[in-house]
Amino acid sequence: MTDVQATAVDVRDEQVDALLKRLGSNDGPIEFDGLSAATDADGYALSTPESGDHRGLSEAEFRAAATEDGVAPYVTNWHYWEETVGHRGRHRRAFLRRAEAADERSVPARYVDLDSGMETEWGEVVVTATLGENGDRRYEIRHADDVGAAEDELDGYDDPLDARQIATDDDRGRYRPLKSAPTLISGWIFENLGGRDAVETLDVLYPASVANWNLEREDELDVTHWRETAERQTGIYDIIEDLPREAVEWVAEACCVDSQCLKRREWQYDEGDDLAADNGAGAFPCREPCSLVVAAARKWTKLEEEETHTYEFELTPSEKEQVEAIVDAVADGRIDEIREADVYEGANRYRTRFLRAKRFDEDGSLSGTPTDPTDEN
Amino acid sequence: MQALVIVAHGSHLNPDSSAPTHAHADTIRSTGAFDEVKTGFWKEEPSLREVLRTVESEEVFVIPLFVSEGYFTEQVIPRELRLDGWDVSAWDSDGLSADTATLVAEDTGQTVHYCGPVGTHEAMTDVLVRRAETVTGDPEVGDGFGLAVVGHGTERNENSAKAIEYHAERVRAMDRFEEVQALYMDEEPEVDDVTEYFESEDVVVVPLFIADGFHTQEDIPEDMGLTDDYRTGYDVPSEVDGHRIWYAGAVGTEGLMADVILERAADAGADIESAIATVREATRKTEADGEPGKTDTDREPRETDTDGETQAAGD
Repeated sequence: MTDVQATAVDVRDEQVDALLKRLGSNDGPIEFDGLSAATDADGYALSTPESGDHRGLSEAEFRAAATEDGVAPYVTNWHYWEETVGHRGRHRRAFLRRAEAADERSVPARYVDLDSGMETEWGEVVVTATLGENGDRRYEIRHADDVGAAEDELDGYDDPLDARQIATDDDRGRYRPLKSAPTLISGWIFENLGGRDAVETLDVLYPASVANWNLEREDELDVTHWRETAERQTGIYDIIEDLPREAVEWVAEACCVDSQCLKRREWQYDEGDDLAADNGAGAFPCREPCSLVVAAARKWTKLEEEETHTYEFELTPSEKEQVEAIVDAVADGRIDEIREADVYEGANRYRTRFLRAKRFDEDGSLSGTPTDPTDEN
Repeated sequence: MQALVIVAHGSHLNPDSSAPTHAHADTIRSTGAFDEVKTGFWKEEPSLREVLRTVESEEVFVIPLFVSEGYFTEQVIPRELRLDGWDVSAWDSDGLSADTATLVAEDTGQTVHYCGPVGTHEAMTDVLVRRAETVTGDPEVGDGFGLAVVGHGTERNENSAKAIEYHAERVRAMDRFEEVQALYMDEEPEVDDVTEYFESEDVVVVPLFIADGFHTQEDIPEDMGLTDDYRTGYDVPSEVDGHRIWYAGAVGTEGLMADVILERAADAGADIESAIATVREATRKTEADGEPGKTDTDREPRETDTDGETQAAGD
C-alpha cells in the first residue's frame, strides 16, 4: 500500500460541507473510489481502506475524521469527481478519469502519481494531470515534441479557443483541413487548466475525439462503413458509390494510415468486409470516412472511370527508377528533405529538371508521346 | 442546459471560410446566454455528423449559417445531424419563412431545434445596413447613397434570389438610402452593370454571402470594374464610371451577424433576450456620435477556394 503521508492533503471546510449536504439529501449513502459515508439514526459512519470503520459519529466527530490522513485524500477525491467534475459531461468525465487511471489505481496511489504528473498521449499532444490545492486537479497540454522543454521556452495559453489558431496551419503556414493530420505545430503550452478547459482544448485540437474515444470504450461507437457513407451521399458526391472496392483499398492506404491521419480507422468497406490497409494505432477512433476522403474519392471515382492505354516510352533503367523515386518522395512528403545538391536522390530538383529537359517535349509530354493516342503530333 | 450549435459550410482549402463562424460563436459565447456554443461544418471538423456528440446539453438550438433555404439546409444538414423523421414540410416554408422544427438526433438522443438559415431572417436586413455603416465609417449613412444587395442568382437555387429581393425590399422600405437595388452574379440585373442601376454618386455594394472567398473577393470586384486583377487589390471607395463604389465584401463577416443567430434561437424558444441587446451594441464598429469609427476597408486579396461546391449550390 502506498504511503498516504507522501502526499498530505488538506481538506477545506466547504468540501466536508458538500459531503454532509450530499449525505443529507435523498441520494443515500456514498460509496466512491474507496470512500464510504452514510448517516442513520446512530449518527454518521465514515470509512476508507486506510481508516477502518468510524461509526456513530456526531457531525463534529465526522468533520474531524474527514481530515485525518487516511481519510482526507478520499474526501477531496470525492469532492473533485462528484462536485467539481460531476456527471453531466459523460465523455469529459470519462477522459479525465482515464487521465489518472482512476478505475485502476487507489486514491492514495493516484495522489502520489499525480504529485509528479500523470501523462496521457492524445494524437500529437500529451496531457499531464497533476494534483492542485485540496485535491483539485490541474491539467497541462503540450506537443509531444515539447515534453521536457522548460515552460518559459514555450508560448503559454490558457483559453481553450486559442488552440484554434495553433491547429489552423502547419509549420510552413499551410492550412490544415484535417485536424488529425500529424502536422500539429509545437512550441506552445496550456498550463494549469481545469478539467473542463482541458477537454475543451483537446476538442479543438482533435474535434470529437474525446466523445468518440469514450463511445468506443463503452462499446457504443457508431461506426459507419464505406458503403453506407457512399450510398448516403447526394449532389456532387453521389458518384462515389461507384468507386470500385479495390480503389477504396487504395483510398484507405493513401489517406488513412498513421503517416497521414492519427485517428485509428475503424470503418471498413462494409460490415464484415474489412479493408486490408493498416488502420493505425491512434488513441481515438475514426468512425466514418471523413469529408476529405469523400471529396478525394469523388475525384478518384471520375479518374478510375478512365480506361488504360498502352504507351511506349524510352527510359534508361536509371530513369525508370528515378520516376519511381519521384513518386515515392511526393507520396511520402519528403521533397523538402532532399538537399539541393544531393544528386544521388532521384527526386532531387536538379535531377528532375535534367529528366524533364531530356525527356519532355515543348508541350510537356513525356518522350513526346501525346496523352491521347489519337492525337498524334 | 441549452446549447447553441452554429453549422456552416467550411472549406478544405481556405481557412477564411470558417473564420466568421468562429467569430460569431465567440461573440455569442461571451454573452453567456448558452451553456455551450459549438460550431460544426460540412467540410471541416467537427463534422456535421459528429458535432452534436461534442455538446453536453440535452437541448440544442442548431442555426445554419447559410444565406438561403435549399440543398444544404433542407437535405444535407438534417441528414448529417441525423434528425429523426425530418421532412422539409416541418418548416412549412415559402422559401423565406423557415423558422424552426423540433426533432430528436438519432445518435445522441438530444432534442434539436433545427432553425431556418440566418440569411432569410428579417434581422439580416439590419446586418446589411450595419455593413454599409461599417464600410463607409458612417453610422448615419444613407443620405445621397445607393445600396446594392448582391446574390448568386437563381441558376442553382431559386430561393437564393428570393432572399436578396426580400432584404432589398426591406431596406427600401426603411427610406434611408436614395436607391436600393438587388443585383446578381449570374442573372439580370447583373452586378457587372452596377453603375447603370444607380443615379447616386455613392453606392454601397453588399454581397449576401456568409464568408469571403472566390466570389466575393475575386469575381465581384473584377466584374464591377473595381480592379482588373483581384490580386492587386482595390480601393474602398473605388471610382467606376463616375460613381464611388463602396464594396463591403461578404455581409457574413459583419459582427452583427451574431445577432441574427441569436434571433433565430430566440424565435425557436431559447431564453436569451438580454444577450441580444448586448450583442447589438458590442458588435458596432462605428461610433454612435457620428464620427467615423474603425473600418475594415484595406482588403488584401486572399486565396481562391476552388472547392467544387459552393454554399449556394444546389447541384
